[in-house]
Amino acid sequence: MLRTILKVSKKSLPFSAAFLACIGAAPALAEWQPTKAVEIVVPAGAGGASDQMARMIQGIVVKHQLMKQPIIVVNKSGASGAEGIMDVKDAKGDPHKLMVAFSAIYTLPVAVGLPFNWRDLNPVAMIALDEFLLWVNSETSYKTPKEYLAAVKAAVPGTFKMGGTGSKREDHIITVALDKINGSKFTYIPYKSGGEAATQLVGKHIDSNVNNPSENIAQWRAGQVRALCVFSENHMVYKEKITKDQSWADIPTCRESGVDVVYQMLRGFFLPSGTSKDQVAFYADLLKKVVATPEWKDYLAKQALKDTYLTGADYVKFLEQDEAFHNKLMNEAGFAHKK
Amino acid sequence: MEELDALFQGFAVALTWYNIGMMVIGIVLGIVIGVLPGLGGPNGVAILLPLTFTMAPTSAIIMLSCIYWGSLFAGAITSVLFNIPGETHSVATTFDGYPLAQQGRAGEALTASFTGSFIGAFVAVLLITFLAPLVAKFALRFGPPEYFAVFLLTFCSFIGTGKDPFKTIISMMLGFGLAAVGMDTVSGELRMTFGWSELLRGIDFLIVVIGLFGVGEILLSMEEGLAFEGKSAKINPKVVLETWKKLPKYWLTLIRSAAIGCWMGITPGGATAASFMGYGIAKRFSPNGDKFGTGQLEGVIAPETAAHASGTAALLPMLALGIPGSATAAVLLGGLMVWGLQPGPLLFVEQKEFVWGLIASMYLSNIAGLIIVLSTVPLFAAILRIPFSIIAPIIIVVCAIGAYSVHSAMLDVWFMVLFGMVGYVMKKLDYPLAPLVLSLVLGDRAEAAFRQTMMGSKGELGVFWSNSLVGTITTLALLMLFWPALSFGWQSLRRQLAGSR
Repeated sequence: MLRTILKVSKKSLPFSAAFLACIGAAPALAEWQPTKAVEIVVPAGAGGASDQMARMIQGIVVKHQLMKQPIIVVNKSGASGAEGIMDVKDAKGDPHKLMVAFSAIYTLPVAVGLPFNWRDLNPVAMIALDEFLLWVNSETSYKTPKEYLAAVKAAVPGTFKMGGTGSKREDHIITVALDKINGSKFTYIPYKSGGEAATQLVGKHIDSNVNNPSENIAQWRAGQVRALCVFSENHMVYKEKITKDQSWADIPTCRESGVDVVYQMLRGFFLPSGTSKDQVAFYADLLKKVVATPEWKDYLAKQALKDTYLTGADYVKFLEQDEAFHNKLMNEAGFAHKK
Repeated sequence: MEELDALFQGFAVALTWYNIGMMVIGIVLGIVIGVLPGLGGPNGVAILLPLTFTMAPTSAIIMLSCIYWGSLFAGAITSVLFNIPGETHSVATTFDGYPLAQQGRAGEALTASFTGSFIGAFVAVLLITFLAPLVAKFALRFGPPEYFAVFLLTFCSFIGTGKDPFKTIISMMLGFGLAAVGMDTVSGELRMTFGWSELLRGIDFLIVVIGLFGVGEILLSMEEGLAFEGKSAKINPKVVLETWKKLPKYWLTLIRSAAIGCWMGITPGGATAASFMGYGIAKRFSPNGDKFGTGQLEGVIAPETAAHASGTAALLPMLALGIPGSATAAVLLGGLMVWGLQPGPLLFVEQKEFVWGLIASMYLSNIAGLIIVLSTVPLFAAILRIPFSIIAPIIIVVCAIGAYSVHSAMLDVWFMVLFGMVGYVMKKLDYPLAPLVLSLVLGDRAEAAFRQTMMGSKGELGVFWSNSLVGTITTLALLMLFWPALSFGWQSLRRQLAGSR
């Protein structure tokens, strides 16, 4: 096996060098190429947002023939994603394993004491930021986040129920942050997925949720839920009308509505540690080609994701800041694992 | 009859040669996936999903849903022949299907299970066709207390059906214990992993099932002297016709199971829960209930009909509400989004051709599926003629591959071996295996539902009678639980009255 890899790289090296020389100043052409099928590890269940994104990328790579080797998407969703994260951590030096990352890479180590840090992996690129919104059932009278939070504050603590995807995860962090600035108390009910939290909101089993756009869009379009505000610095950019009279861009930010909570979630990629610069460059370049396709733009618009491509030092800097932000929130919320 | 119009237009969409070709390919692939343990419907559909990105959405979903139907049909094959459920929802089919095969009636058992599946699916498709919007609304009434009540009903319909209720309860509690290993989503903490990262993902019930049933059974057969119990059945088309003649006798079971299945699919309790509940309730109410487990056709029909009805009905909340009623439906949902379709309340309005094409294809593909699986009955039943000393190692290898492929983890294969021994010991000591599997499958979800309920009600148990829906289900569950005691009490009361007279 080793011998064949060596053979291949020996063969391809002079070829790609000659190719480089031919076209002169080629834009950072990666010299390394995968020699077997590439596995995208999704630390989440089939059908969820991370899984959809991985399969979308797989489809784009196949359709535009961006890579010679096939891509396989593998779901390792056990223990809220810890299974997939540990699998990639243990695959040191394997350049054929790519992991889709979301904020579980910061929250899991803090919440359950998982022996993991994102520095155990090799950051490749971040390709999008996912937004969170505050949603209520459209049959209620709340039109602004202030009105809603005032009602929560006025009620007996624990009366209002917030549904989310699981304890000590993104949704729970936002809920606690809301409680903190509002001086109120939600009862947080952890469901298994954002989809379930969406249905439970329509069925009025909970009073609100803080789902991603993609998790609530069907119910929003059907007029069953109302978006009060988005937890980002600026308005979203998608101006196409989704409901009869609203586009994603029309939704106010929570900050401008007087609720100062900002939270976005990374959607990025990592290789295992011990992989080379060339290998990282290859995938960073591949992802750059993927995000330039019209299919990807279309996907971003449909899921209302924020178009953000970061790689190299920028990505690392983002990860450092994001990690510190999460650690602060997790500690403030009292979610840290007790030893 | 607006629906009928739309449905006939749907048939026009589905009845092109290309789409029919996709249908047959899908069903055959689904059968292969369904026969192999560990490679279930959701995995199969997920693996093949990217292949369909270049196809038209309607053809793509027809093919993918056919894989699903194929795997639903075929899950029964290995359950009946080797006591190894190919799919999670065909565990209950082993209880009577395998004894039937041992009596040399494998052909009958397979025919009954396929036909039952077909009838279940047909009822569910009829429901989808005519009641889609109405029924979809019903699913919204299900919050945590309602879910818990449904799970409770499933558990209660199982307790007391065994010979020894205490052994049943011990077996069930073992299952609950195993289900608790791994991440607890309600508290966000790890449980019973003992600091061992291999245990993070918990113990997948499929591995336990492969071990308990597949490996355990082979150990038992080995002890009995390397002779395969199954006498090679006479296989010819007559078996199919003769079995069909017997089926009308079981009309009540068929209707009951189809209703349970539709209900569990919509709510969404899932095909696995539906098959167990179908079996448990048939056992409780059938006049032959006490003979269940010894090889009753009814015991095969009941779970299969419910499972297929539920698997089919699970597509309804996915299309109409965007809630997947099963794992496979969740993958299909992802597929719909990739093709640019937004499932949800507006899909029926905006994508009429797609929705009705799919519904029409459900009628056609279930008929096609029935024909394909029935014609393979002789083929599969012929496997039983192979000597045990050849087939047993093959089964062990297939089991090991199945166990490994669930998480691509070697530890799971060792777990399989361990549970094989556990299964052997439990059978020797006459402990029922079914309650263990049931609570391992549903324990986690039942627990989450219960704790979500308690969080919402602040620990008030009255919430299980807080509205007519949840109240009815809970009361029904408790009635089921205490039925043996109640009927005993009633009979002794009558005897006393008669005696005093």
